[in-house]
Amino acid sequence: MAFNFDQELDCSGLACPMPILKTKKAVDGMQLGQVLKMIATDPGSLPDIQAWTSKTGHELVGHEEDAGKFTFYIKRTK
Amino acid sequence: MAKRMAIISTHGTLDAGYPPLILATAAVAMDMEVAIFFTFYGLEIIKKGNADKLQVSPIANPAMPQPIPGISVPNIIGMLPGMTAVATNMMNGWMKKANVAKLSELLEIAVESGVRIIACQMSMDVMGIKKEDLIDGVEVAGAAAFIEFAADDAVALTF
Repeated sequence: MAFNFDQELDCSGLACPMPILKTKKAVDGMQLGQVLKMIATDPGSLPDIQAWTSKTGHELVGHEEDAGKFTFYIKRTK
Repeated sequence: MAKRMAIISTHGTLDAGYPPLILATAAVAMDMEVAIFFTFYGLEIIKKGNADKLQVSPIANPAMPQPIPGISVPNIIGMLPGMTAVATNMMNGWMKKANVAKLSELLEIAVESGVRIIACQMSMDVMGIKKEDLIDGVEVAGAAAFIEFAADDAVALTF
């Protein structure tokens, strides 16, 4: 399933906690309502992104997994 | 839900340097206020240019994987000269292979993202460490300054 997005961030190959830190920086630089597409290969990135969006209040619009590659769509909500 | 994380870092080794910095940077990315109190050997982590020079000791560290898979080396071998360097190279190799950020990078991100880096005044005096020996952005303070931060409903962690 494809989602519309405004900006893309590739965190492939990066280990914890870098995908979270880079996602935070990217989302902070976006406008309210914009969506970030973030790609990660860290196997822990799904629970981490879920926890991060839950704590920060940003919205995980959707995510996909394909052969160890995770794609997240995160909307800036505040 | 707690809004603050208060971390105490007391060990100046490569393996002990990671948890406080990983948790601090992740917590600040989750909109928490974070302070790390670096005391005694923990100060080694925040000495200028020192974060990537920290070592890990194989002595009394039986959890450390064997240098040659399948061959069990007695732990006492770790006391031989040069074994700390061997263990440190091994660990740096694993971290690099797994693409884990260097300690210096995590420290830089921590400072940039507003983690309070508090250096223990008393430890500095005991160990002869000056403020100018430490990275920029450090606050030098005592236990009370850290406790004032931590007392405000913080998650407190010690490493």
